[in-house]
Amino acid sequence: MGEVMPETAIKIRDLRKSFDGGKDFVLNGIDLDIPKGKITMIIGFSGTGKSVLMKHILGLMAPTSGSIQILGTELQDMTSQQKAKFRQKMGVMFQYAALFDDMSALENACFPIKEHRKSLSLKDRNLLGLKKLEMAGLDAKHHYKMPGELSGGMRKRVALARAIALDPEILLYDEPTTGLDPILTEMVDELIKSTHDKIEGATSVVISHDLHAAFRIGDFVIMLHEGKVLMKGTPDEFLKTDHPLVEKFVSKGVRKQ
Amino acid sequence: MLSILKLESLETLLVTLGHFFIFAWAGIKSIFQRPYRWEDFFKQLEFVGNKSVLIIFLTGAFTGLALSLQIYLGFSMVGAPNLVGPTVALGIFRELGPVLSGLIVAARAGGAMAAQLGTMRVSEQIDAIKVIGVDPIQYLVGPRILASFISLPLLCAFFDFVAMAGSHVLCVYVLEIDAAIFWDKIKEWINPSDVTQGLVKAAFFGLFFSIICTYRGYYTTGGAKGVGESTNRGVVISMVTIIISDYVLTNFIRLYFQVFR
Repeated sequence: MGEVMPETAIKIRDLRKSFDGGKDFVLNGIDLDIPKGKITMIIGFSGTGKSVLMKHILGLMAPTSGSIQILGTELQDMTSQQKAKFRQKMGVMFQYAALFDDMSALENACFPIKEHRKSLSLKDRNLLGLKKLEMAGLDAKHHYKMPGELSGGMRKRVALARAIALDPEILLYDEPTTGLDPILTEMVDELIKSTHDKIEGATSVVISHDLHAAFRIGDFVIMLHEGKVLMKGTPDEFLKTDHPLVEKFVSKGVRKQ
Repeated sequence: MLSILKLESLETLLVTLGHFFIFAWAGIKSIFQRPYRWEDFFKQLEFVGNKSVLIIFLTGAFTGLALSLQIYLGFSMVGAPNLVGPTVALGIFRELGPVLSGLIVAARAGGAMAAQLGTMRVSEQIDAIKVIGVDPIQYLVGPRILASFISLPLLCAFFDFVAMAGSHVLCVYVLEIDAAIFWDKIKEWINPSDVTQGLVKAAFFGLFFSIICTYRGYYTTGGAKGVGESTNRGVVISMVTIIISDYVLTNFIRLYFQVFR
């Protein structure tokens, strides 16, 4: 466990996942290191196993083989209770926000606080929840609305407030801008960047197929293809590469803008 | 049964059953684990219990009326209309009370449970709960099982009461059986144990439908269509289970009384 370099937040080695008993591998030997304190973008065409990879990082799926170390701890060695405790160090924003639809925006943001900071009074919990909603940029007049009454962008903000409620060390975003219009997409990208800057030492991992965002806010980019890491590097390295598949992806993405 | 066996091989059937029992055990165990989910339990108790009162009232009242009328018509033929009361009471307390309340609440609350959990599953809310470090079974399933287990006998008792009130109204005011005779005969033939065994059965039905429906909802796959399928299968399996287990439970209860009384 001590072998993990301090600057690595997530270290994955030879990760494989098959859903049909070994005939077809969705993840086929992934090796990657996600640096601490940076924004790492994981990109790739649809169906390359990005979301499956994220579910593995979160411990929601068990790998067929391979190892995942998060902040120096091997995920597979943990019991479900240890995992539950460990997850407090991670905040997640899901693709469609995944807000609890029987709770108001504030209650959503307060949910992790209510569950894990039981020593706080109700008032303090609410204050903390309000602070997180403000940090995520949700206008005060929407704090008590139910998710059904919020627009797509506002829902993302509430989801972000919930993700950062416990001051996580690692923030994960699963396709944060999928299905949003260009203006909202830009807003969410800005939100990721500003949230990352506001939380000291936070590591952000964004799973996306939006290249524009990858180059604009990413410090580090990892491209997946057919269950493997095709290329990793800085956005500049991606722009300069002559790898045909990466070039294709990059040129399409850039043309889209 | 044959078609079920044809559709799913024996292996998948056994795997599903094993999976189901692991889920059921996890759900029941979670009720006794900290942190206790009182708030969610009371919310579910209100939903399963309070919100079923009206439909139980209507079903109970009209079951009592219809059953009394039919039994009166039959018993008049053999000249024993005085025994209408105890016969209706026996049928209601032992069978119709628990079974009908079980079926109605399984359809109403069980369907809602499967649909809600199914929607939470497909919209990643269950994943979100897990990622926040909360056990979703303890948070979502435990309170629903406990609330159903507790509210079903209460609803069944209410059903019994309303059905007997309906029977009283019909027999005394319409069929003109003497009220004193009606209740005397009931007292003579009916034991408190007839009522309690119905309530025990109802508690089991509550346990069964809540576990089946939450299981179906919890493991939903495939979007809105999947939620529909989960709800459908959850309710159908619950109803069939209630009717089949009714016979089994009745035998167990008889055995219990033979051995311990």
